[in-house]
Amino acid sequence: MSETIETDVVIVGAGPVGLFAVFELGLLDVRCHLIDILDKPGGQCAELYPEKPIYDIPGFPIITGQGLTDNLLAQIKPFSPTFHLGEMVVSLERLEDGRFRVQTDAETVFLTKVIVIAAGGGSFQPKRPPVPGIEAFEGRSVFYSVRKMDAFRDHDILIVGGGDSALDWTLNLQPIARSVTLMHRRDAFRAAPDSVNKMRALAEEGKLNLVFGQVTGLKGGDGLIEAVEIIDNDDKTHHLPATRLLPFFGLTMKLGPIADWGLNLHENLITVDTEKFQTSEPGIFSIGDINWYPGKLKLILSGFHEAALMAQAASRIVFPDKKVLFQYTTSSTSLQKKLGVA
Amino acid sequence: MAKITYIAFDGTEYVVEAKDGSTVMENAVRNAVPGIEAECGGACACATCHVYVDPAWVEATGEPEPMEEDMLDFAHDVQPTSRLSCQIRVSPALDGLVVRVPESQG
Ligand SMILES: Cc1cc2nc3c(=O)[nH]c(=O)nc-3n(C[C@H](O)[C@H](O)[C@H](O)COP(=O)(O)OP(=O)(O)OC[C@H]3O[C@@H](n4cnc5c(N)ncnc54)[C@H](O)[C@@H]3O)c2cc1C
Repeated sequence: MSETIETDVVIVGAGPVGLFAVFELGLLDVRCHLIDILDKPGGQCAELYPEKPIYDIPGFPIITGQGLTDNLLAQIKPFSPTFHLGEMVVSLERLEDGRFRVQTDAETVFLTKVIVIAAGGGSFQPKRPPVPGIEAFEGRSVFYSVRKMDAFRDHDILIVGGGDSALDWTLNLQPIARSVTLMHRRDAFRAAPDSVNKMRALAEEGKLNLVFGQVTGLKGGDGLIEAVEIIDNDDKTHHLPATRLLPFFGLTMKLGPIADWGLNLHENLITVDTEKFQTSEPGIFSIGDINWYPGKLKLILSGFHEAALMAQAASRIVFPDKKVLFQYTTSSTSLQKKLGVA
Repeated sequence: MAKITYIAFDGTEYVVEAKDGSTVMENAVRNAVPGIEAECGGACACATCHVYVDPAWVEATGEPEPMEEDMLDFAHDVQPTSRLSCQIRVSPALDGLVVRVPESQG
């Protein structure tokens, strides 16, 4: 299932800075596609601290991470950006015609004039529990997400965690699995109360095994687990037979494939100039937490400024013959038409 | 002020004079105690400043709030004495506090 999309700009990362870039580019008539490995826009604000207040967004004495994300989405709506969520950008290369080819792990291919890397702290990736030798089982019998439910049919599944992912997959996989065990470190779950109730009902009917403890080791070979060694809350070690393990310990940010894109880096951050926020590769810009220049501050506010300056330079690449006029949204009817308010 | 002793996973001790009102995490980061990552900067939004409080100090440091308990679900090898060090505030009552750093922050 491969698809090729031609566009002006591809933005890697739909965090607050990538979202605001859509606005600044939109005012200059540049249309964007955004790609993010998360299943929702908002980056760190939406994933790490949706409910927490931010106090240093100009004009907002207080706003939550999710509140800011929702406002940014409302602000960029007139420019109808296309989101590609749940996809990780894996490669970039320059084509002979000067454009770039961008590819995701879902095989979506973009041909674009400009790339904006707004990848923040890197791509969100599942946390790997520090169980010795777990790497050898990953992708064959240990998974951090469920892409195809059928790969779990008729298996003895051990799901570890106490949040929504753990509970949702426990409920979804239970009907098709040979057996499901849900393990958590304590008898309290962060997941939606409705899922927790459904899970407890299944456990009471004996259709689900609910245990409290932590994983300490894996038994098996050739990538296939046979049993999982666990320690319960009374410090006793047990072996649970299992042929599939799904640990859900949240997400952590990893630089990921960005390191391999041939751009100049400064301690794992992409070096840019402070006029255009362009990288060492003309046509590839970088804004927000992922970039570095002398004096850089990893603040949302700084990323917004970077987006505005980047947009000026990027629009000159997209429309080489067009004169860019400096205008205010307050007074320019042409800008207001674009925003759908005039 | 309170004296805090951090015991790294390899057994090395780091003794720090901590200001009242600061957090146990902040003092670890400022003094480069290895093994405390504090990815989120102290917002109780990750679980990478996990420590084990010495049993003698569990009462003085108190119980984790529900939000901290929830975040501890993301830590590894959680024990009854586990805390997120960004949620322990220094006060004269904690003078002499001892905490151990786990093998990994996951
Ligand atoms: C707890 C906490 C509190 C904070 N409080 C404040 C505050 O009060 N004020 C403030 O200004 N800042 C604050 N920050 C920092 C602020 O959240 C960041 O500066 C901001 O999120 C950076 O935005 P960004 O768009 O550059 O990157 P991010 O928000 O990191 O978004 C980047 C996105 O890119 C995606 N991505 C990366 N690589 C790829 C790839 N290869 N393919 C696909 N997608 C990819 C990631 O999945 C991510 O969603 C706080 C941060 C935390 C963790």
